[in-house]
Amino acid sequence: MNANRFTNRSELIGILVLAAFLVVILPLCLDVFRLNLVAKYLTYAFVALGLVICWGYGGILSLGQGVFFGLGGYCMAMFLKLEASSVENTKIQSTPGIPDFMDWNQITALPFFWKPFHSLTFTIAAVILVPGIFALIIGAAMFKRRVGGTYFAIITQAVAAILTILIVGQQGYTGGINGMTDLRTLKGWDIRPDHAKIVLYFFEVGCLFICIFIAQFIRHSKLGRILVAMRDQEDRVRFSGYSVANFKIFAFCVAAILSAIGGAMFALQVGFMSPSFVGIVPSIEMVIYTAVGGRLSILGAVYGTLLVNFAKTSLSESFPELWLFGLGGLFIAVVLAFPNGLAGIWQDHVQPRIDRLISSRKPKAESAWTDNSVADGAPAE
Amino acid sequence: MSDEPNKGLQSPLRRKLLMGAAALPFVSILPRPSFGAGPATATVNTTGLAVTDTEVTVGILHSATGTMAISETGSIQAEKLAIEQINAAGGVLGRKIKFIQEDGASDWPTFAEKAKKLLVNDKVAAIMGCWTSASRKAVLPVVEQYNGMLYYPTFYEGLEQSKNVIYTGQEATQQILAGLNWIAKEKGAKSFFFIGSDYIWPRTSNKIARKHVENVLKGKVVGEEYYALGSTQFNSVINKIKLTKPDVIFTDVVGGSNVAFYKQLKAAGVDLSKQALLTISVTEDEIDGIGGENIAGAYACMKYFQSLDNANNKAFVAAFKKMWGEKTVIGDVTQAAYLGPWLWKLTVEKAGSFDVDKIAAASPGIEFKGAPEAYVRIHENHHLWSKTRVGKAKLDGQFELIFETSDLVEPDPFPKGYQ
Repeated sequence: MNANRFTNRSELIGILVLAAFLVVILPLCLDVFRLNLVAKYLTYAFVALGLVICWGYGGILSLGQGVFFGLGGYCMAMFLKLEASSVENTKIQSTPGIPDFMDWNQITALPFFWKPFHSLTFTIAAVILVPGIFALIIGAAMFKRRVGGTYFAIITQAVAAILTILIVGQQGYTGGINGMTDLRTLKGWDIRPDHAKIVLYFFEVGCLFICIFIAQFIRHSKLGRILVAMRDQEDRVRFSGYSVANFKIFAFCVAAILSAIGGAMFALQVGFMSPSFVGIVPSIEMVIYTAVGGRLSILGAVYGTLLVNFAKTSLSESFPELWLFGLGGLFIAVVLAFPNGLAGIWQDHVQPRIDRLISSRKPKAESAWTDNSVADGAPAE
Repeated sequence: MSDEPNKGLQSPLRRKLLMGAAALPFVSILPRPSFGAGPATATVNTTGLAVTDTEVTVGILHSATGTMAISETGSIQAEKLAIEQINAAGGVLGRKIKFIQEDGASDWPTFAEKAKKLLVNDKVAAIMGCWTSASRKAVLPVVEQYNGMLYYPTFYEGLEQSKNVIYTGQEATQQILAGLNWIAKEKGAKSFFFIGSDYIWPRTSNKIARKHVENVLKGKVVGEEYYALGSTQFNSVINKIKLTKPDVIFTDVVGGSNVAFYKQLKAAGVDLSKQALLTISVTEDEIDGIGGENIAGAYACMKYFQSLDNANNKAFVAAFKKMWGEKTVIGDVTQAAYLGPWLWKLTVEKAGSFDVDKIAAASPGIEFKGAPEAYVRIHENHHLWSKTRVGKAKLDGQFELIFETSDLVEPDPFPKGYQ
């Protein structure tokens, strides 16, 4: 254990390539509109990262990550909405100074749980803590009772459905099906113009790399190894004296918090939050991003998210009436042909060739590569 | 009961439109209308829109996929028809209209993304689009920020007005008040039961209806119930209706819920030929799903019915069916969507420019005499002056026109005394 604690050499190269791609190549090649789209896609990459830890390493399939994405997003959106609903902006309402949707629903005073969201510090804490604590409660309730696998996935779906119904039903407090629209400024700084979008993009990429490092750290620590062990042989880990439930709860909470950060970024980037990100369908889509990228690969999750969303946008722009079929076909093809996703293709087909190329010149480097392929290997089932 | 006051104004353009429609089959044989004879591009487009010497690009932004596709397809079809007819009649300022269609996918943020793409990437001169209030609310900040022009076709809750939007459907007071007045007078109705889907449009509409019933008609609202979007269980509310025996059931249930609601109402023995029911959410499109036999006898309050008996409408219905098939039905919103491209064309020609600021400024006062619903005019508040009509649903899925306001009703998106 030395400097290789977080990453080994090939992973470091991978991270540097991704950094160059996101920080240099994309901003140089894309106009602001497309860059903002990439920023929107990257908000889902946070969720996909969380799923790599929770599903790929921990073996806990959650089909309700939209819940946490939504909670984080709504916390951020509440802050932004309050700022956009200043008294002078809302003069035409019956009650100026409250968000417009409250006024439409005949609410005349700001509800108590909205009041703390005047503070940015509180909001940032809430973005992390609300979903974190919620995940802790769900996780504790489930894993302590040894509910896992399919049952857990179904329960997370139920939670997603419940939260959607709650948000839609309580429209006076949440904006209902319309969501919270027209978010404008962050502490007086207009988040809508092009230069703000660029600043937000780099801020988001920075946060993404912090999260990637956290994920790398978890993966290479003893904790990560226990997670993998638990995924492959849960009982053995339990008999060795580890509290399986606590490790599962931890992985689930980390995934939830990463999702929530993505949600908060989304509210900032898009200026919008609605129940359509909370429900079952978006939650499953988020799992698809991870599956396409490769559920065992941290960087693969980011590429998978970018690829799927890019395909979604370009297919729907070119074939507005048929694009869903194309997208569906893509998913089926990937899952059938490459069960380990893009990362699997890379590891099975591309990397061995590169290795051979390099090792034919520098035979010494070989040990580092083989070490990596063992760590990343598919579950031994 | 008539469009007498407008008849004189109506005829020249109506004739032109009819001729245009009649000429459609020949267009392909004749040399293409010579686009490019209009004023210089530099003078009509000072803001970098997608306008060339021969073409101008507009966007169509509706849901072609997802749950809303069934409702929005009619709007897409109507807009394409209008664009084709305008092109056949020589285009706009000598330019052919080209359209770029984007799919909002029944997903509000996608609408916002696509609206931004149309404005920023494609530089479209106008967007015909949106259907639900939620999609409009998502798109509104985008069109305001990038200074686009949106033509929005759906009847909606009001409480909104924007320089960058022309609302070609009716706002809530236009749709509701005249209908309530009529049913109160015709049926001597005093007690009303409200049933709606649970979101902003039914809530706002019912709020306005309640104030009108209580303050103006001096009647009583004996019940007000909301059901989640997509809900299919209406038995409990139907029992309440049977207990309270209201003179009128007033409904704004939307989408697929309608099918369940009217079927259950019929199954529970509520006979719509005896029990008056006034809906503001069922058009010919919805009856297609509900089935005429389940809703026959109900009254709907709209501004347009496919069965309207005037020359504009006959030409419109014929052209629509020719382009999209004999079986298509045309509802209120489809007609309002058809108005969008025409109003835009007339405004551009009045302004002599495609620039959004000039179009926004030139819009008030624009008259469209060829509208299938008959003469309409744009108000200073960017909504339309239009008539309110009540129709009675028939077995064949069409409405029979029972009543229409004698004058155009003024749009009032921020109604005093109703908020």
